[in-house]
Amino acid sequence: MTNLEKYNEAFTESFGVTAEQLPNLEYQGIPEWDSVGHMQLIAALEDAFDIMFDTDDIIDFSSYEKGKEFMSKYEVEL
Amino acid sequence: MEFGYDKLLQMEPYGVPKEAKQKALAERLIELTERHYNSCCEYRRILDVLGVDPQKIHDCEDIPLLPARLFKKVDMLSVPREGIVKTMTSSGTSGQQVSRIFLDKETAADQQKTLVKIVSSFTGSNRMPMLIIDSPAVLKDRNMFSARGAGILGFSIFGRDKMYALDESMELNVDGVKSFLEKHSGEKIFLFGFTFMIWRHFYKELLKLKKQGINVDLSHGILIHGGGWKKLELEAVSHREFCESLREVCGLRDIHDYYGMVEQTGCIYMQCEYGHLHASTYSDIIVRNPKDFTVAGVGERGLVQVLSAIPESYPGHSLLTEDEGELLGEDDCPCGRLGKYFKIHGRMAGAELRGCSDTYERR
Repeated sequence: MTNLEKYNEAFTESFGVTAEQLPNLEYQGIPEWDSVGHMQLIAALEDAFDIMFDTDDIIDFSSYEKGKEFMSKYEVEL
Repeated sequence: MEFGYDKLLQMEPYGVPKEAKQKALAERLIELTERHYNSCCEYRRILDVLGVDPQKIHDCEDIPLLPARLFKKVDMLSVPREGIVKTMTSSGTSGQQVSRIFLDKETAADQQKTLVKIVSSFTGSNRMPMLIIDSPAVLKDRNMFSARGAGILGFSIFGRDKMYALDESMELNVDGVKSFLEKHSGEKIFLFGFTFMIWRHFYKELLKLKKQGINVDLSHGILIHGGGWKKLELEAVSHREFCESLREVCGLRDIHDYYGMVEQTGCIYMQCEYGHLHASTYSDIIVRNPKDFTVAGVGERGLVQVLSAIPESYPGHSLLTEDEGELLGEDDCPCGRLGKYFKIHGRMAGAELRGCSDTYERR
């Protein structure tokens, strides 16, 4: 699986959404991506890539697209 | 007019001396007072009745205060309802009315950012394996957040590889805890929970296990707990005894109580190593004489007023609690942290019970 596929899977598994929904997905944009869902997503990404986010990045991880920018900080090329 | 919480949030949580803090905090609280006056009609009506003109407020002590229990009676919002992403409720015993606090995206994010600034100054910025001394059942209803769930969730950001130490029926998962600690042996462990639940469902179980020869080692742990002392007072357990008992049973030494309330989530008051509760740069307390609401001095008991620089979506930046407190000093705690430090003596006579720990009833 490519890194992008792993990244996408963390979202689709955590929120039960389809890959087509991902590009516009935002925090609090769907009921599943609430603060509980957010921590599930973070845990899924950390497990998938064996990384650990800084607390500030967890807070600023506000959308599917924005999250991609953070991944490169943790040396994950999508 | 520019509303800025970020400016305040960039300052150190416990590094701003009195004058600079009062100036920055007053500026922000006046901004908030004007904002809520202009966008929340209930708030405006109250200020009008009280004859308060937001333009004429100059320092923190002049900010009008609302009784915290008002949020039980009236839904108060300063943003359109469509903008609300989370509604939080206070803890109450069954049958008791609870407060409803409405959060929009910005206010919810500011709460989390503030909590991070305050707590990481005690725990360090590394996220730690986290043991939550509660049951996962607390977070079941995601649409209505109890203060207890919000506490767990808010503090979860400091954890990685989280584990609930109690099961759905509040029984200690001994095997789970043991294997969690083995997996993370040598690492600093972050523990979070509410005072009474820790005592009843964690400490007492550990004590039983110890008598059976089963030891749990938490000497590398840091525990943050809150929610009130009432239930432990009934069992005649003092703060000191709480800490000493935990140290004896599992080696846990680094223990911090905190004071905070759902109406001002984010701005918690952490207890330092000298046992004092501390106001951070982002919030403050004022102790008031219950007879005439004048400001009480150091060492005088009174009603606690809490100020928070966060709330934008609801007018809860200045509230009168029903807690009795005592200011111990300002900028001169032996721990070195700046800001006011104080003690809470419990609820005022006649006040309703609240607090995640105090209202706990096992179902």
